[in-house]
Amino acid sequence: MTVTLETRRTVPEVETRVRRSISERLAPYAYIAPFFLLFAVFGLVPLLFTFYVALFDWNPIGEHVFIGFDNFTRLLGDARFWNAAWNTISIWLLSTVPQLLLALCVAHLLNHARLRLAVFLRMSMLVPYITSVAATAIVFAQMFDRDYGLLNWLLGLFGVEPINFLQSVWGSHLMIAVMVTWRWFGYTTLLYLASLQAIPRSLYEAAAVDGAGSWKQFRHIALPSLRPVIVFTVVTSTIGGLQIFTEPLLVSRAAPLTCGPVRQCQTLTLFLYEQGFGQFQFGYGAAIGVALFVLIVAIATLNYVLSTRIRKERG
Amino acid sequence: MNKSNRVRWWTYLLLGLAVFACLFPLYWMFVVATTDTATATKLPPEIVPGGNFFHLAGLVFTTVPFVRSILNSLIVAGTIGIGHAVLCSLAGFAFAKLRFRGRNVLFLSVVLTMTVPTQLAVIPQYMIISSLGWVDTLQAIILPGLGLGSAFGIFWMRQHLGATISDELLQAARIDGATTWQIFWRIAFPLVRPAAFVIGLLGFVTAWNDFLWPFIVLKSPEMYTAQIAIKALQNSFHIDLGLAMSGSFLATLPLLVLFVFVGRRMVAGIMDGAFKG
Repeated sequence: MTVTLETRRTVPEVETRVRRSISERLAPYAYIAPFFLLFAVFGLVPLLFTFYVALFDWNPIGEHVFIGFDNFTRLLGDARFWNAAWNTISIWLLSTVPQLLLALCVAHLLNHARLRLAVFLRMSMLVPYITSVAATAIVFAQMFDRDYGLLNWLLGLFGVEPINFLQSVWGSHLMIAVMVTWRWFGYTTLLYLASLQAIPRSLYEAAAVDGAGSWKQFRHIALPSLRPVIVFTVVTSTIGGLQIFTEPLLVSRAAPLTCGPVRQCQTLTLFLYEQGFGQFQFGYGAAIGVALFVLIVAIATLNYVLSTRIRKERG
Repeated sequence: MNKSNRVRWWTYLLLGLAVFACLFPLYWMFVVATTDTATATKLPPEIVPGGNFFHLAGLVFTTVPFVRSILNSLIVAGTIGIGHAVLCSLAGFAFAKLRFRGRNVLFLSVVLTMTVPTQLAVIPQYMIISSLGWVDTLQAIILPGLGLGSAFGIFWMRQHLGATISDELLQAARIDGATTWQIFWRIAFPLVRPAAFVIGLLGFVTAWNDFLWPFIVLKSPEMYTAQIAIKALQNSFHIDLGLAMSGSFLATLPLLVLFVFVGRRMVAGIMDGAFKG
């Protein structure tokens, strides 16, 4: 499939010659209206309203009082907020970077013209994607369990003492990052593979004739044509990865809303949920939402600057 | 990249490892879902399924209204899946084949909505749903789900419609006096039905697996979707891993069965997307 950004204009359209009725002229707008309407009501308006609610001491059943930027000053002095922000960034990095690299490697392996069982291999890659986050979290939490987990049992065979993944900061972050990576790397692999397969084989052959090795071929042929899809996956995994909620909620059965007794894996979205729906502080929760928004925009801008700089360096 | 025509043995080895990593957690879910607590907490762990599946599955159905949860999930995911297939085709058709003022700007804004993080706005979303009186109802999940996940589908259907349907065909239909709606429904949609099917599937899977939003708006057990029922099983008095695992397995099973039949088309659909070429 090729990207067609412009519809062809070679043939003059009939509709310009025939005087159309009002309903016919409004038809295009009617066809796109459902999306815009639903997105506005349930996406855009709530996002903008978050900024408004954040300026209030807002109780869901009581009244709301305007307090200006008090929620934000309180937030900046709240150690729980900084902890959650750090956890979010840490889990996001631990899950995104290995996921994209792994997907790149597996896509490279799958991109072989004579590979047997290609359909089976590709379908297997998509099985984690159809498994729900909730089920994933419960299975992996068991595998990482200190006492009866499969992983600690395996490590024990090599004489390693049981590791309490959930109770430690790094352990719990790693555990959640593994869940996210597991669920998404296959989907990303298929996107990369599709891009790789669109590269004409003759390009590789020509490069091989010119004496370019495997790495050089990858670096100078595959990577440049993968650029758009890599940018796309970085953007989507950033937006998704910074809003992680379900995994941290489900791994700790004892203290789900804080992801453990010392908030070792509480993310910003989970902190937002705890304050908004656990403590019924809608205003403070909304302020956390605004902070998360700022974080996402900051990282997206950084991504953008980095990727344009790389493009410039390449010439 | 693939200099030789022969596939090296280590390619298969590495891919075999990747497949193992993808499938093993599901197998393990089944193993724990079929063993009782005593076996599940035994070392070394059992690595073959036990005979306890029906006992635990029965417990799942008596602990939470699980049949109802599966039904709720089917209603929610089914409506969203069909809705995405139709709405994305319709909007994609307008963007690909109709000319109207503001088309390019509007299409760009559709693409840009993909970068809007909407999950952090759950508090105002809840306020809106609450003021509509929809808390603890299924439409509270269906309507936002129809709008928030469909930007990619619109983009994707636009590419398909643009490439599949020629302007000549549309003009011939117009000369024959067909209305825009008839052109869409009788000519365009049937031609891109396979692509719309994939978009519907992706919408179905996403809705089936969604957690945060249903977790916030669904209050009573009879309204739970399957995912929220799993969470309830985890909280239940049986401090038993087997029970939550059994629920997870039962909630995943419908999608696995579906995947066996349509997985091939899903893979092809995802790969046939907008990034080739």
